[in-house]
Amino acid sequence: MHEVSIMAEAVRMAVEAAQAAGAQRIISLRLRIGKLSGAVPEALEFAWDVVRNGTIAENARLEIESVAAICWCATCQSEFDCQDFLNECPRCHNLSGDLRRGRELDIAAVELE
Amino acid sequence: MCKECGCGLGGGDVKIGGHSHEHDQHHGHGHDHGHSHSHAPAPFKLDLNRSLMEKNNLLAEHNRGFFRAKKLLVLNVVSSPGSGKTTFIRETAVKLAGKLRVGVIVGDLATDNDAARLKTAGIPVIQITTGTVCHLDADMVSKAAAQLDLDKVDVLVIENVGNLVCPADYDLGEDLRVVLLSTTEGEDKPLKYPPMFHSAQVAIVTKSDLAAAAGFNRELALANLKRVSHHAEIFELSSKTGEGMKAWLDFLVKQRTLSQQRTAGPI
Ligand SMILES: Nc1nc2c(ncn2[C@@H]2O[C@H](COP(=O)(O)OP(=O)(O)OP(=O)(O)O)[C@@H](O)[C@H]2O)c(=O)[nH]1
Ligand SMILES: [Mg+2]
Ligand SMILES: [Zn+2]
Repeated sequence: MHEVSIMAEAVRMAVEAAQAAGAQRIISLRLRIGKLSGAVPEALEFAWDVVRNGTIAENARLEIESVAAICWCATCQSEFDCQDFLNECPRCHNLSGDLRRGRELDIAAVELE
Repeated sequence: MCKECGCGLGGGDVKIGGHSHEHDQHHGHGHDHGHSHSHAPAPFKLDLNRSLMEKNNLLAEHNRGFFRAKKLLVLNVVSSPGSGKTTFIRETAVKLAGKLRVGVIVGDLATDNDAARLKTAGIPVIQITTGTVCHLDADMVSKAAAQLDLDKVDVLVIENVGNLVCPADYDLGEDLRVVLLSTTEGEDKPLKYPPMFHSAQVAIVTKSDLAAAAGFNRELALANLKRVSHHAEIFELSSKTGEGMKAWLDFLVKQRTLSQQRTAGPI
């Protein structure tokens, strides 16, 4: 259930940004969530319904952008798609644990008015 | 609950050492716009591109700087419920007595049973009950640490809430993350919970005394551990019989020496 804490933090940051910009209302909130971040999009959506209540994000739309995991092979000096934390390079078959993308837990943007 | 931004959720019912802590209410929102608010509300997009873990990560770095200045070695012990964290920490403290002084911060959803068990080892213990929150965060640890006399502690052990998912994302400011895998819970745990096992610097196979009875496949478990926690130091031990504890204790003493030689990092 740490999705609740993560979502609460997203709403907190969105509201903070809205207030700093002098906006009255949050129209949408866009998150960027890596495939290997440990956060489950469905659980985030569930948490969203709870945490936005009573805030200026109450009627906002939630968009979750999923980020595929990408590993870096030092031998080939190139990236490859991966599913895990330790992966075999499809070119040289060396193992790499150098994850370049896929762990994101970010708030990307908000739409305000 | 902070009405302004709904941030109180998840923080409201945390108790540290028996005292309730209100969730921080003030966030220092900047309000200097230098213009009036009469403009019509036209929708606009604002790129933020900020990590949702930013606040926790910042507090964790504060903790780390503070712990280093105090010359502490700090462990964050994580596992599934019941893998043996409390028993393991208690035995570690008992066996280090006379060499290193251990202090414990222990997190559970409810009850202070674990704190009571740890206190029987004659060590300082602060219980955090998190209520509904499934992990410890850096803020809870900093408040709990303030209640311990850290000048009388060499190794600060933080027992996290029994959970292999959520604590993985929360840096507490520890030096080492220690993940436990007991012989009674299945060899494929590292494959099922890769973020947690991947983030650990130390992996401990516990309850080795029960391995035979549980039909534990040691080779498979170690292979899975090495696959996911490929950079982690691995120990196999039993907190009950003491088998394998020596290697772990020697490792801790060495790590503590290393942490003493280190200077406080920039905060
Ligand atoms: N045989 C044996 N039993 C153990 C060992 N370590 C722990 N246990 C037992 O396992 C049970 C759970 O141990 P705890 O130390 O409470 O586990 P925990 O991880 O702290 O549990 P939570 O805090 O609830 O997540 C207890 O009955 C312990 O006595 C061990 O090495 N061998
Ligand atoms: Mg325990
Ligand atoms: Zn390669």
